[in-house]
Amino acid sequence: MDYWTLGLLDSSSIQPKRRPSTPTDFIDYLMQKYLGLAVPSVDICRMTVLMFTLVVLLGAFLAGLLGSLTGLGGGVIIIPLLTLVLGVDVHYAIGASIISVIATSSGSAAAYVKEGITNVRIGMFLELATTISAITGVIIATYMKADYIKVVFGLILLFSAYSMLKKKIDHSNNEKTSVLANYFKLNGSYPTPDGMKPYAVHRVMGGFAMMFVAGTLSGLLGIGSGALKVLGMDNIMKIPFKVSTTTSNFMMGVTAAASALVYLHKGQIDPGIAMPVTIGVISGATLGAKILLRTNTDKLKVVFAVVISFLALQMIYNGLMTR
Amino acid sequence: MGKAIKHYLGDKDVQLVLGTLLRVGVIVSTIVVCIGGIVFLVQHHGEAVDYKNFRPEERFDSVADILAGLKQVDGLAIIQFGVLLLIFTPIARVVFSIFSFLIEKDYMYVLIGIIVLCIIITSLYLDIAH
Repeated sequence: MDYWTLGLLDSSSIQPKRRPSTPTDFIDYLMQKYLGLAVPSVDICRMTVLMFTLVVLLGAFLAGLLGSLTGLGGGVIIIPLLTLVLGVDVHYAIGASIISVIATSSGSAAAYVKEGITNVRIGMFLELATTISAITGVIIATYMKADYIKVVFGLILLFSAYSMLKKKIDHSNNEKTSVLANYFKLNGSYPTPDGMKPYAVHRVMGGFAMMFVAGTLSGLLGIGSGALKVLGMDNIMKIPFKVSTTTSNFMMGVTAAASALVYLHKGQIDPGIAMPVTIGVISGATLGAKILLRTNTDKLKVVFAVVISFLALQMIYNGLMTR
Repeated sequence: MGKAIKHYLGDKDVQLVLGTLLRVGVIVSTIVVCIGGIVFLVQHHGEAVDYKNFRPEERFDSVADILAGLKQVDGLAIIQFGVLLLIFTPIARVVFSIFSFLIEKDYMYVLIGIIVLCIIITSLYLDIAH
């Protein structure tokens, strides 16, 4: 039963390498042929618990750091790291990732809520959609073929890389609003250097529908799907960028908690992996948030987008080519 | 078009407590995970790991299991308890929000909060076959 074979190293290391069949294999092949370099492939079977913990701790720290510097979140980095680099089964990778999403979300939401930027009502209202759909996502994951999940994950990675580089346009205004926004009291104001700035919320139904998509993907893939949440709030509901980012982050914890409980029951949250991932991601994200205040991350984002796109293509390729 | 746009602003004190709640939750659960990690590493640091294949029959996949493991000072159970605290941090936030909406007499949002909480509680009892 190869129901879940997202661990890409797994499938490639079983067969003897005749021809390069994945982009990574191809690079290995080129390096061996032209540079005489044999790339050591990490085999977790030979690792001790201590070694594994230290490697994951370091990787999760970098994931947390890069995730907070680029605004991409830790999950999209943790899953490729565990599966592609360490050959960990994707069940465990998704379980560990969803825990890291809760940790980073709660950690940074704490800071934003205090500043009064987060709109708690919008968050609570949209959580109706994200929690139901997150649980739906976990159920879909149980019955979906691993190869298709690989492809979906790859596509989301590509989308995240694209939206990370795209110039953010603030669509917010305070001119008109939707009936539902008034009814659900979603309009608010947020602090700016010139004092409190009011904003009106548009197209509530559209945003709500978008949150169903975001929540389903969050449950399915064990990620925060912040890019989709922000897209729904920025472009559809026309919420100011600052408010949408922080509110999306605020919602992520609750959304992830709903699916994390189901994953816990399914035995996908392994304490031996969750421990270094949690500690690493929290410390990395904390450091990242401090650096972010006084660093321009534009160049880092470009480099990172290239890396993410490469991982994404490998995921998609692998998902489509397996049998 | 002359319809007034209503604006609502969360109470500053409420938001302050909310932020503190989230921060304390993350810090406490991280400390518990660290303690569990140290206990686990002291006991098992030299063993070989095997995460290549998923084995759903592993223990510590329910709240009762985790609490039982805590009594035996099992490192993995302590870690999992910390993970559980982390999962419950945003849930505690929802409970807190329900009360703060209750104080504001905003009964619509009390109801929305309760629905969100019910969805999460459902997930606590949801058992899906593999």
